[in-house]
Amino acid sequence: MGLTNKSTGKNVIKKDGGIQNSANDILIALAGNPNVGKSTVFNALTGMNQHTGNWPGKTVATAEGNYLYEGKNHIVVDLPGTYSLMASSQEEEVARNFICFGEPDVTVVVTDATCLERNLNLVLQSMEIRNNVVLCVNLLDEAKKKRIEVDFKKLSAVLGIPVVGTSARNLQGLEELKKTIWEEANKKGKKKVLKVAYGKAIEEAIQGVEEEILEKTEGKMESRWLALRLLDPDQSLIEEIEKFLHWKAGKDQAVIKKCETAKANLLCQGIDRIKLRDEIVSSLVKTAEKIARDTVTIQNKNYDQRDRKIDRILTSKRFGIPIMILLLGLVFWITITGSNYPSRYLANVLFWFQDRLTELFRYLHAPDWLHGFLVLGVYRTLASVVSVMLPPMAIFFPLFTLLEDLGYLPRVAFNLDHYFKRACACGKQALTMAMGFGCNAAGVIGCRIIDSPRERLIAVLTNNFVPCNGRFPLP
Amino acid sequence: MEQNNISLNSLKPGQSARIKTLECEGTIRRKLLDLGLVEDTVIEVIQKSPAGDPTAYFVRGAVIAIREEESSHIFVSEVK
Repeated sequence: MGLTNKSTGKNVIKKDGGIQNSANDILIALAGNPNVGKSTVFNALTGMNQHTGNWPGKTVATAEGNYLYEGKNHIVVDLPGTYSLMASSQEEEVARNFICFGEPDVTVVVTDATCLERNLNLVLQSMEIRNNVVLCVNLLDEAKKKRIEVDFKKLSAVLGIPVVGTSARNLQGLEELKKTIWEEANKKGKKKVLKVAYGKAIEEAIQGVEEEILEKTEGKMESRWLALRLLDPDQSLIEEIEKFLHWKAGKDQAVIKKCETAKANLLCQGIDRIKLRDEIVSSLVKTAEKIARDTVTIQNKNYDQRDRKIDRILTSKRFGIPIMILLLGLVFWITITGSNYPSRYLANVLFWFQDRLTELFRYLHAPDWLHGFLVLGVYRTLASVVSVMLPPMAIFFPLFTLLEDLGYLPRVAFNLDHYFKRACACGKQALTMAMGFGCNAAGVIGCRIIDSPRERLIAVLTNNFVPCNGRFPLP
Repeated sequence: MEQNNISLNSLKPGQSARIKTLECEGTIRRKLLDLGLVEDTVIEVIQKSPAGDPTAYFVRGAVIAIREEESSHIFVSEVK
């Protein structure tokens, strides 16, 4: 496990990599920003048991599960949480490649109702790649608390895609989501999906290239999106596209010619490669802003005042660090003292059973070496490991998840970032190290929340210096 | 023009401003743009962390933390 070459990147989309769908199955890609409850939606749909906290330990590569609806098998692929699909990080590349080449029948984008505007960026980008997007507006319960209202009908009309409101934590709206996915998968004919407008110069450039490639894509890929990518080529992506389409798009002379003309025209109007990227992102963000303005009503403009007050104390110069030490210390104290009791109980039960096993072996006149190997060796070791490690894990992880759900962990990272930066690391490493006290494997996997590859590597390599509860010297 | 030369990190908590230019490149630029820090976006300084860096900002309905090494390359105007 972990961020290996096999579990991320282009290997994810290989059919032998785990996603084996028969022609009858409906393949669903589940995308979304980080911290929007995407894994909760995934679990609620598939019933598969995964860790669903806000920070570490979540989807590393692409987890998958399935459910039945209308007698058909639906396979859900949980993609890494990203803000964008421009592939500026490994996670984004995995998500983009699956949406693009994984050929999902439906692409569900999960969003946070309390900050829909920021989330719409990803929705718009997904809609450019695939015309089978279903928007799932999650965390409706949170939004209700903050008195934020989303007009689903209007949102659906503006975007031209189905919109479903859910509160996955309370299992609300999931039946409707399943129904909508089913309908979208079986929808035939042309759909009127919103296209983000990029300004006259870029639109002309897109049009020029699009004309040339329209027939070659054979409807397997959105030609507009491909045109945009050809104007700002990323070699590895172009190679993937060529493999996917069985057509050398990057080496087709007619296409190259069109692209060169289009790029020259753009340059004449002062749009170079960097400017082109900026314009594309700006248009996406501004379109999202406009849509959010039209469809979201914030009844109480000061909805976040209370949160902000609490934040001010939790991250203040005077109380920030002491509160943090107290809270994390408390978690530790509860874990260490609390686990002593069940540990002793478990040990008593398990070792009592060992004595019974010994009696059984004697009764059967089993040879000494067999008894030594199976009972004193295998069983005794297993019993000790279970009685020592299970209770602290069963206490520590729920407590840590509680801190996650309260949203306290990002504040810890914020408080400590400066000190970690002094060591050329990232504040989020504090969280993966804390996870490491529970289990180093979970801690290492959690390191994917760190954006910078170098800082992530530092966090991964040093995580094993945190003694996990199996190595923790208990009094 | 002079107004555009104010860097984001020189703002104090409680102040807000409009983003003008990002003087950085590569992944960081992408990341900031993806978070919605495009031209003309209003950004509000919420507070500094206990050690003084990073600083929390409110932008497009979300709170994000930016380190000084990045915020010093973000230029704003219309400081309020």
